[in-house]
Amino acid sequence: MSNTKKPINKKVPLLTELRTKKDLYLMLLPFFIFFVIFTVIPVLFAVVMSFTNYNVIQTPGFVGLENYINLFLNDDLFMKALQNTFVMAILTGPVGFLLSFCMAWMLCELPDKVRVVMTVILYGPSLAGNAYMIWGLIFSSDSTGYMNSLLISMGVTDSAILWLQDSKYMMPIIVIVQLWMSFGIGFLSFIAGLQGVDRSQLEAGMVDGITNRWQELWYIVLPSMRPVLLFGSIMAITGAFAISGTALTGFPSTGYATHSLVDHLQDYGTTRLEMGYASAIAVVLFALSVGSNKLIQKFLRKVGT
Amino acid sequence: MVKWFKRIRATGGFRKAFVRYFTKGRSNRSVGGTMGLLIFIALFGLFAIFPVLFMVGNAFKPLRELYRFPPTVFPVSPTVQNFRDLLEYANDSLVPFTRYLFNTGVLVLVGCLGQILLSAMAAFPLAKFKFRGKGIMSGAVVYALMFSGAVTGVPNYIIITRLGLMDSLWAVILPSFASTLGLYLLQNFMEMLPDSLIEAARIDGASYFRTLLVVILPVVKPALMTVFIFTFQGLWGNTGGSFLYTENIKPLSYMLSRIAATGIARQGMASAASLLMFIIPVAIFIITQSNVMETMATSGMKD
Repeated sequence: MSNTKKPINKKVPLLTELRTKKDLYLMLLPFFIFFVIFTVIPVLFAVVMSFTNYNVIQTPGFVGLENYINLFLNDDLFMKALQNTFVMAILTGPVGFLLSFCMAWMLCELPDKVRVVMTVILYGPSLAGNAYMIWGLIFSSDSTGYMNSLLISMGVTDSAILWLQDSKYMMPIIVIVQLWMSFGIGFLSFIAGLQGVDRSQLEAGMVDGITNRWQELWYIVLPSMRPVLLFGSIMAITGAFAISGTALTGFPSTGYATHSLVDHLQDYGTTRLEMGYASAIAVVLFALSVGSNKLIQKFLRKVGT
Repeated sequence: MVKWFKRIRATGGFRKAFVRYFTKGRSNRSVGGTMGLLIFIALFGLFAIFPVLFMVGNAFKPLRELYRFPPTVFPVSPTVQNFRDLLEYANDSLVPFTRYLFNTGVLVLVGCLGQILLSAMAAFPLAKFKFRGKGIMSGAVVYALMFSGAVTGVPNYIIITRLGLMDSLWAVILPSFASTLGLYLLQNFMEMLPDSLIEAARIDGASYFRTLLVVILPVVKPALMTVFIFTFQGLWGNTGGSFLYTENIKPLSYMLSRIAATGIARQGMASAASLLMFIIPVAIFIITQSNVMETMATSGMKD
């Protein structure tokens, strides 16, 4: 172990380092082989392909920025997808994140059993996977759909509303369903993190003049939660950019009202097989997702300081 | 009972006891505030669980109740007919039900064991030792959490085709090994372990690999369980997408989601199928819940 405590000596040649720590590198190797093949290479591959007109059938040719120019100038549907993705990401990412944190904060001092039950209830939906089709029944377009029958029997409306086909309602429904599923891994982190806040610190804070929970939250809880908040934000933002509402609103959705970047990417990548163009969409999605993550992290590092 | 009553009297009455019970012994909140909080949490929980209750209710409704107006949440005369229909349908299909079950079993078992083994092996050096390239590797692991699988979907399709893995379960299993969430959680958990633990083993002459196997793995069990459940959740719902096209290697989730998508005539069956898909990961989460929480407590990202 003593050799591991030494600061890395940059003068040691790489080969010597590889030889002396052979076992360590051997342990890392299997995972990173898969990581390189299925994550690193694909990302680089997507960037390269985005400058070509690769379409599986013909030999790919280099087309420069053509795909990107077409995306932003000639593809109205892409602009629509971009806009929809922004709306969905902003409404579900940050809101889902804040909702998860607030809920975790409210639960943190409840008796253990109550807290565990609520955790399961809130985390459950994010496990629903295909089962969130249940929302399709709630917002079913005939009068036996739960929402329609409720509204009809209350006298709010006299005919069934086409919830999932009317562009007025589609987006709000996708956002609600997405928020329902937003208590995911980040939420578990918040719950666990809040349990770990040092209680003696809270008591010391009260002696030092902290009078209410809000002050306690800002001056004691949030600063000590910062690492967990950073992790939770990654989970929330990455999830927000991965939204696709096709399971509920179908593909293509009516008037493309919920068409997202992921849907656009799927359309070109797996249906039209225009891999070059699809890759350009993937690169935009990648840049947006990583960029937003970095931006939010910069912001979160300032919390409570 | 009397004793209990007396104790409450002695410590400031029922109002204080009420607040203390719901604040883990701290009493700096008003009775009204505590009550408001509880009501809000209850309402929110109701909103979250409502669709799930629907699904459960529908799964046990006979056909005539499924299309009743106005619809009810719970069945008036519950029946397991839907589950029977489901089983019958599954047995009648070209590929036997057990085959789908077997495929999912292989997918989940190989996928989870592989993920745990690979992640644990890589997490140990990253968490506990210094070596050339550590910074880049740790950084890459975090970066990979920042974008979804959709980004790498198209190139992965090509890579999997080129590797000759298309239409085999490996096409789903191997790419899932590249997921970094498990590695990230394990690495964080291992960083919390005292160095003395490893030093002792190393002094005894144990190799790095043996140290991991004998000393580390037994104490990071909660994190291993967590990697298991998260990997399980991912693979359990995986329908094989565009990677599997031969019917007899498709997983259970594919069959059940196909039933769920067939619409009106099979509404009851679809609900039964959705319920089955949903209940298994939730049950596993409930069982492993305390392990997951212990792991998530160390999930924070250092500045």
